[in-house]
Amino acid sequence: MAVIIDKNTKIIIQGFTGKMGTFHADEMIKYGSNVVGGVTPGKGGTKHLNLPVFNTVKEAVDSTNATASILFVPPAFAADSAMEAADAGIRTCVAIVDGIPSHDMIKIKRYMRRYSKSEKMSLVGPNCAGIISPGKSMLGIMPGHIYKEGRVGIISRSGTLGYEAAQQLKDLNIGISTSVGIGGDPINGSSFKDIIGKFEEDNETDAILMIGEIGGPQEVAAGEFAKQNMKKPVIAYIAGLTAPKGKVMGHAGAIVSAYGESAVEKVEILKEFGVTISKNPSVMGETVKNVLSKK
Amino acid sequence: MDIHEYQAKKLLADFGVIIPRGGIAYSPENAENKAREIGGSKWVVKAQIHSGARGKAGGIILCNSPLEVAQATDKLLGKKLVTNQTGPQGKIVNRIYVEEATDIKKEFYLGLVFDRSSESIMVVASTEGGMSVEEISKEKPESIIRSKIEVAVGMQKFQAREIAFGLGVAPELINRTADTIIGCYRAFSELDATMVEINPLAVSDQGQILALDCKMSFDNNALFRRNQISELRDKTQENPSEVYASDRGLNYVSLDGNIGNIINGAGLAMASMDMIKLAGGEPANFLDVGGGATPEKIVKAFKLISMDEKVKVILVNIFAGINRCDWVAEGIVQALDKIEINNPLVIRLAGTNVDKGNKILRESKIKYIEANSLEDAANKAVKILK
Repeated sequence: MAVIIDKNTKIIIQGFTGKMGTFHADEMIKYGSNVVGGVTPGKGGTKHLNLPVFNTVKEAVDSTNATASILFVPPAFAADSAMEAADAGIRTCVAIVDGIPSHDMIKIKRYMRRYSKSEKMSLVGPNCAGIISPGKSMLGIMPGHIYKEGRVGIISRSGTLGYEAAQQLKDLNIGISTSVGIGGDPINGSSFKDIIGKFEEDNETDAILMIGEIGGPQEVAAGEFAKQNMKKPVIAYIAGLTAPKGKVMGHAGAIVSAYGESAVEKVEILKEFGVTISKNPSVMGETVKNVLSKK
Repeated sequence: MDIHEYQAKKLLADFGVIIPRGGIAYSPENAENKAREIGGSKWVVKAQIHSGARGKAGGIILCNSPLEVAQATDKLLGKKLVTNQTGPQGKIVNRIYVEEATDIKKEFYLGLVFDRSSESIMVVASTEGGMSVEEISKEKPESIIRSKIEVAVGMQKFQAREIAFGLGVAPELINRTADTIIGCYRAFSELDATMVEINPLAVSDQGQILALDCKMSFDNNALFRRNQISELRDKTQENPSEVYASDRGLNYVSLDGNIGNIINGAGLAMASMDMIKLAGGEPANFLDVGGGATPEKIVKAFKLISMDEKVKVILVNIFAGINRCDWVAEGIVQALDKIEINNPLVIRLAGTNVDKGNKILRESKIKYIEANSLEDAANKAVKILK
């Protein structure tokens, strides 16, 4: 079953005919994702990669019944596209784009509050690698072949560090149910806590690896949620033990500005919540293996 | 992006915040004239650098005559000021702000930031003005008033009044104080700021509410729609290597160690730094060439690292996805063809087409040490130094 996406999930590409949209749509189709069309305002009615192009997300949803979308639009227009997806009834929207202003992210999240829980879209990202349920579907830009099919869930703020984890697990012959990149921005669509609960309910996931980093409160919030609500083991690695205070480390969201936001503090707090810590980034796979063997 | 005090004051004044009379000066004569223009009998000469805690570092001088203003300016211009926020290298003073001195009855703290938990804008205020917000939260946490603002409707007057009453502002000044707070909120939201701080916000002997020191930071991601703000950037206040990097689309932070890093992805870059530290070494920098790690970016990254004299070993760690290791390897070969690197080099490639990538490197003229994991790379880099 995996979480969020499976092989039946119908996907549309927003920003379909652009360079990025074309390249990654093609990669996703090759992987086996069920891409049913795309949106580029002004190019409706044409075909691209043998799939229909629509002017609006609403038209695309009406004629294809798509439930997921992925955004390949420039940062200045990303908020508009995400809100359009929410309004058209898309259930999962992945924003790959890096560089959306924080004020725009807050605006998107406020806009999404118009919908009741059962009608509300989940936004994943921005500034992320997307979602993959290995062997089933890819809604992202990751190299699909490094992900082995299996029963560990991954949630990561960083893209490449998520790849590193997938590769380490594959080398140990451990597979992944779904891997979700939630992105490196200060305000993101979905937090660790939003995703971790889905893995707890998924009968094809046995353990969850959470890859966090310095800055912000969300690793701690997820740890607290896990302690109160979860039976499955959670393993975490927090990047940035050596990061100086007050400096942005590449990701706009990776800045230590308050207590509980440094890597050392997060590790201490997560341990108290019963989360197993991978003490360095090269033993993420081994740490997961140890936890699984104890189950 | 950070700006200077005088720039922040000017911006906030447009939103109704009252500031003391003042002017910018680039020379002692200039400053002396400004003091005469402003009038009065006491002035403050303030070094304009991107840092707080300037007073303790000698960057703020009280003067009793225009001549003293000229002398103070002469003393500060061109000087490197070292505060507890600038690091040991300090920041250069190229501009002086001359301001009328204010007799202060009371000082408050006022700050606005994003609250990442509630995803709203938070106003923070305290009766303990003049201290840094870190000091206040350590020493007088009970004095802090917090108010979360619903961004969809913006800050309401009653919320600003509540803060003003909470600070114990005199009844006749409540409206004026509330207008100041709302002005800051509007500036924050209309200019894509990430921080607005007035510290101290003072009540003068004449019963005015005045912003004596102001600070603002802005969202780099929003500068494309804020030309007025982009123009305020002062590159002399930033680390030269960091300016070089940001102008070329690289994410770079200069650090104190001697192992130079070239890595793709911010998370992987932080993780590699952690591994270096665990292996007993110290990273010289954080450098993310972007998830894509295109050959052009790799050339620029090598150029940047080769400018850093601290660097004794270079560690390259690339996890190739869509971009493929063979392509990345060709980028490295191209880069080292153009740039002379005298330091030992450790390279770890992983991901798509890793075998092809390693083959290209082995068959090239490059002298390097091959590593096959994150841990192996960090250990080998540290070993070279021992």
